Amino acid sequence: MMGEHETQLQEELAARQPDPHGEVAHSEHPSTKAYIRIGMILAALTAIEVAVSYSSYSARLITAALLCLMFLKFLLVVLWFMHLKFDSRRYSRFFVMGLAGALTLYVIVLMTFGVFSGN
Amino acid sequence: MADATVPLKHAEHQTTTGLPSSKLALWIFLSSECMLFGALIATYVLYRGASVKGPFPVDVFDIPYTSVSSFVLLASSLTMVLALAAAQSRDITRMRIWLLATAMLGLTFVGGQVYEFTSFYREGLSITTNLFGSSFYVLTGFHGAHVTLGILMLLSLVGMSMGDRLPDEPAFPVELVGLYWHFVDIVWIVIFVVVYLVPAGEAATKAGR
Repeated sequence: MMGEHETQLQEELAARQPDPHGEVAHSEHPSTKAYIRIGMILAALTAIEVAVSYSSYSARLITAALLCLMFLKFLLVVLWFMHLKFDSRRYSRFFVMGLAGALTLYVIVLMTFGVFSGN
Repeated sequence: MADATVPLKHAEHQTTTGLPSSKLALWIFLSSECMLFGALIATYVLYRGASVKGPFPVDVFDIPYTSVSSFVLLASSLTMVLALAAAQSRDITRMRIWLLATAMLGLTFVGGQVYEFTSFYREGLSITTNLFGSSFYVLTGFHGAHVTLGILMLLSLVGMSMGDRLPDEPAFPVELVGLYWHFVDIVWIVIFVVVYLVPAGEAATKAGR
């Protein structure tokens, strides 16, 4: 009886494969050379961030540039080092759900307190 | 970088989702951590300029020093992925070396943070001094605690591999610890800009006028 159940379960699981939309499949990870290249890009972006913070452009321009560089570094680590670029999209969905939820919630909170309007 | 990938030997996971449950659970945990750190960062942004007495951020921050700490943490992310690459190719000795290097870089970062906290305290900024102090220490302290937990996980992995207690597929636990470690790194990427560099940029603009 148990054997029948197990066979049925295995058949059900097998029926779900292969997955043409990348929901399950995760076939490759970056090579060591690619990791080192990404690491060097991250170091260069950090150096640019520090240089930008010392520049005497308008504060808004500096903040915008710093946020763009931060976002770029964030993406590089998440996509390459955390393998979201290569792994199942389900992981990305869960992570983006939490990230987008947090971002939306706290931007609304900060707007409520007038942080962005300077009040 | 189309040629920059290597095939990954993964065992098929017999779960209802077809994905390893522990990895899925870790991603959900990291997703919830976004909420935690989002709250702490938003609180810092809200209170940063609300202090009525000093010291203020520009009085205490040492950008060159914190920049070096940031480079150290970024380097630890690189050594972490190199440990994963070694685990995937079942090169256990190289995996241990990279895991230990990651733990050492993490310890350097935490040591730097302890030194920074001590010097800020000597300059008159404690957790109860003003709103900036409270929100700064809570945010960076929580991050430091996460890094410390990551170091313990890394050392546990090394200990398990020494005692031959890692599973046949050693890359999987290394990948899970790596995901947590990289998450701690991306939180620092945000903290470094929002907490340190944006106020420094504002100060540089004022000084330039």
